[in-house]
Amino acid sequence: MAQQSRPETETADVIEFLLRTGDNTLVLGHRVSEWCGHSPVLEEDIALANSALDLIGQTQLWLGLAGELEASVNGQARTADQLAYLRDAAQFRNVLLVERPNGDFGQTLMRQFLFDVWHLELLKALQTSTHPRLAEIAAKAVKEVYYHVERSADLVIRLGDGTDESHRRMQAALDDLWSYAGELFVADAHDERLAAAGIAPNPADLKPKWEQTVLRVLSEATLTVPAGTFVHKGGKRGIHTEHLGFILAQMQFLQRAYPGAVW
Amino acid sequence: MTSPPSVEQVWQWLDEVKDPEIPVISLTELGIIRAVRYLDDELVVTVTPTYSGCPATSIINLDIETALRGHGVERLRLERQLSPPWTTDWISPSGRDKLLAYGIAPPIDGTAADGRLQARLESMVSGGNLAIACPRCRSMATEKISQFGSTPCKASYRCTDCLEPFDYFKCI
Repeated sequence: MAQQSRPETETADVIEFLLRTGDNTLVLGHRVSEWCGHSPVLEEDIALANSALDLIGQTQLWLGLAGELEASVNGQARTADQLAYLRDAAQFRNVLLVERPNGDFGQTLMRQFLFDVWHLELLKALQTSTHPRLAEIAAKAVKEVYYHVERSADLVIRLGDGTDESHRRMQAALDDLWSYAGELFVADAHDERLAAAGIAPNPADLKPKWEQTVLRVLSEATLTVPAGTFVHKGGKRGIHTEHLGFILAQMQFLQRAYPGAVW
Repeated sequence: MTSPPSVEQVWQWLDEVKDPEIPVISLTELGIIRAVRYLDDELVVTVTPTYSGCPATSIINLDIETALRGHGVERLRLERQLSPPWTTDWISPSGRDKLLAYGIAPPIDGTAADGRLQARLESMVSGGNLAIACPRCRSMATEKISQFGSTPCKASYRCTDCLEPFDYFKCI
């Protein structure tokens, strides 16, 4: 459709955006799936596995399109699986927040909540993208993410405003993760060109709505927003914490040990 | 050579293919078959996924292919269509009745697209809860256990009258 006449730099920007978006859902989906069989209660185990499934499903759409568009730049298409399993850490474009270790259930939930609210605002904005392929994936994913936000916000409130022990753990999780949320709103040259072309929102513009929801929920949860303004960043440019390497070692083992294996 | 089956005939055959996860409801009742048409002499069936990560999607495609080839269709292609995204509003009235009879409360309250989910998100901070009737005893005295049930498309509820847990097919 519209992308046939798009200039090459724009296609490169779109691919970068797709990798960032798909790597966020891939790495978080993998992290959340690590809970499978380990959750505090059965219902939460199932909920976490289902959330991970949604995220991995969305990854297939984002990375699938990235791989397809690559063919128009360098003549070589890659599948979503090839992008997931055969890139090294420095080629991943996810934010540092999603590679944070699971920690306790409180840390997993707080990470999910901070991400989900951003994810929802991103997808809502992407639904009106001038790039029809991005808009249609966003329209699909946004319906799923409404439920993610509903669940994680609900649990942050219940545990933050719960027992002394659950409150203490949720506050510790917030203190630990707050400085990682800022990277979601950092814009670079790719983002600015995509925003100017109406293809994707400028990440900075998502912050006011994110803050509105997050602060309201945290207040209801009786949690205190940390005062610090330092932002950990680098993931979007491929500069990751050591944690990503361990994730990839597990996630990519099969394709590295048995190249091309299929079932 | 016999003439190829009509599009109407193919729709009827597809109405006999059941959802692999909920085997009382057909693919047409679920609303995921978006189009059946011939391009030249190739039969093209357009299917839309329910959830992005639904593991039943590949089984559904296999079941469609098996059923239609079983009816003698030789030139067949399945197409995926993402847009417009599937909504539970497309589950037919007969499909909803069958879900209920099977013990799954059918979706009741609109979709993300019409803003009602956003409204729920707003009300959630004050602890809003959906009123879902128990599919077993029809009591409205039910409560949500978890936003996710046995599959991503369902939530887990329990009835505080008959004490049975049940799945609610949540709207998207």
